[in-house]
Amino acid sequence: MDFRLSEDQVALQNGIRSFCEGRVPFEALADLEQKGAFDPGLWRELAEMGVFGLRLPEAEGGVGLGYADAVIVFAELGRRLVPGPLVWSHLAAGLVDGAVSGGAVVGGIDSITDPPGSGPIVVEHLEHLDVLLVLREDGVFRLDPRSLDAEALPEPLDPLTPVHHVRELPDGERIGDAALSATLWQGGAVLTAALCLGICEATLETANDYAMKREQFGRPIGGFQAMKHLLSDMFVRQEVARASAYAAGATLDHPEAGDPARAAATAKLLAGQNAVRNARGSIQVYGGMGYTWEMPPHWYWKRAWVHSQVFGRAAAHEEILAASLG
Amino acid sequence: MDLRHSPEDEKFRDELRVWLEREVPAHGETPPIDDWDARRVYDTSWQKKLFDVGYAGINWPKEYGGGDLSLPQQLIYYEETARAQAPYVGVNFVGMLHGGPTLIAEGTDAQKEAHIPRILRGDEIWCQGFSEPGAGSDLASLRTTAIRDGDDYVVNGHKIWTSFAQVADYCELLVRTDPDTPKHGGISWLILPMDAAGLEIRPLPTLQGESDFSEVFLTDVRIPVSNLVGAENDGWRVTNVTLRFERGTAFASEMINLQQFVAALVEVAKLPAPGGPAWDDMETRRALGHASAELDALWAMLKLSIAEAIETGVPGLGGSAVKLYYSELCQRICEFGMELLGRASLSRGDVGGRPSQKVLSKAFQSLSLTIAAGTSQIQRNIIGERILGLPKEVRR
Repeated sequence: MDFRLSEDQVALQNGIRSFCEGRVPFEALADLEQKGAFDPGLWRELAEMGVFGLRLPEAEGGVGLGYADAVIVFAELGRRLVPGPLVWSHLAAGLVDGAVSGGAVVGGIDSITDPPGSGPIVVEHLEHLDVLLVLREDGVFRLDPRSLDAEALPEPLDPLTPVHHVRELPDGERIGDAALSATLWQGGAVLTAALCLGICEATLETANDYAMKREQFGRPIGGFQAMKHLLSDMFVRQEVARASAYAAGATLDHPEAGDPARAAATAKLLAGQNAVRNARGSIQVYGGMGYTWEMPPHWYWKRAWVHSQVFGRAAAHEEILAASLG
Repeated sequence: MDLRHSPEDEKFRDELRVWLEREVPAHGETPPIDDWDARRVYDTSWQKKLFDVGYAGINWPKEYGGGDLSLPQQLIYYEETARAQAPYVGVNFVGMLHGGPTLIAEGTDAQKEAHIPRILRGDEIWCQGFSEPGAGSDLASLRTTAIRDGDDYVVNGHKIWTSFAQVADYCELLVRTDPDTPKHGGISWLILPMDAAGLEIRPLPTLQGESDFSEVFLTDVRIPVSNLVGAENDGWRVTNVTLRFERGTAFASEMINLQQFVAALVEVAKLPAPGGPAWDDMETRRALGHASAELDALWAMLKLSIAEAIETGVPGLGGSAVKLYYSELCQRICEFGMELLGRASLSRGDVGGRPSQKVLSKAFQSLSLTIAAGTSQIQRNIIGERILGLPKEVRR
């Protein structure tokens, strides 16, 4: 047993982190917002970095790594709010031609979390998709996104996550069984937890920097105990998210080391809630500036909420965990 | 990042499990909390059994008789002993987790020889004489004085919250040896024999109603200079060595116990009730499911914090986050347990088939966790200032 990141994993983390810092700085996100939230060039570069083919065996054109590595990569993507259907396209590797190369942008509908009839079907990034996957209790289905009866919603919660309302969802082509659907759902939960971990880290980092620079009453606000304790709680939430997301990645790679269902539910539940809470905490630290459009905290809060609505909400994961208790 | 155990570690687990299955039932029932003589016998004879088979001092160096287990094996040890409901370290706590490790790091050869083997075998009980009525979170403001007189120090002062003072043979005593140097500079670490003349031990009942800790009054107590650990006036640094040992895995077995506690609460929730068991209620299931997720995350956090401490060589700081999270989580879980008991929670003893005793004693204990070993507020200051690098408080 060794919980540390291996040398290769540290290199992987540094590589993806410096790519994101250079390619997706905050200004680029603001720019993307004006241009419709999707950058085909960035998508191809992410594909070249191996983001989508990361876990696909090398013989099938992938990188041949595992979930633990994918968690490290997705935490970095989450940290920089990289937009697009990252998790779906990653899950589609090996299942949909072109997903690995970025030639086909794959999105999805999680009908396990929201079965048809339970409310409006709201889909992210639909206008940029080449393929749409639907995860259902009874299998994995593939649809042509352009054939759907859908309308763009003019006011998305997250400026970088455009959404459509799908009026009617046809069955589509069945490309996988119930077991595959459950496996993809579990993997989606863990990768989304990793994105949330990145949000936990980024919100703490930016809020902490701000608290060191911003002065009131003649000194940096980070020196006030009330602020220090708020930031310390954000640190604890970040560490909870990190430990649970890392553990989930490692457990999906080696199920004999634990209980993958519990590990995935724990990570999605806690990293998910902590991302929303840390984003809220960073808005609080920024104070009045935190409530403005130009400052980053609200972007994180909105994206964190988007993540909370897919691959199982808190209640679903708590029920999974309760079921394992008795 | 690989959470699988090696075949050797699994073998260690199997052997330990077999041994525990035989020895734990044979060790008998836990004595009543106020029967100190029985508690001493119970805890120390268990320590002796651990020593005889090589399970004592699992993180102590081999040359001092410890097990020197690898980190994975230490974690397995905590998992298995908690699962088997083996006796807790109990009255051996201070010796095994504070005093012994401090002597190993800072003691003279004579001090090590005199105490280490006896602590490890359960022959010697220690207590902690750090806090004073005026020196709690601000420990370095302590005022107990030690004045050099020939080959002795003459000690006068008042210690409080001294756990196990009634049964201890020795005390790790912090004193001020230089009254002119304020705060951290003038402190020394002494070994106080608890049978010294001039000692008065006054039990201090806790909110549980028993006397797990005491006040200790010292009046002209003579302690040989040879009992000084580390250099004179260097006690603050020695203390931090002690505290470093306390962090890390000190709470590991309690975390596993808390997992078992949640499993017990599930059983309470399933008891029949007029409107159906509480377990049929989604809110109850969600609360318990959530608690179990947090405990899994806590265990992963402990592993991660220890693994990274080994990597960076800077132990301790990550432990503040683990301790803070654990202690507050334990309180939340205990309060939920009391909620499940309903009106049975008004009795400290079991009533109507509800395990009030188990839930309430855990709940009482949970109230101490956010205070002992550095309050939650102090932990938040440590995280803020030493991990996040925020400006330090003004201190005097």
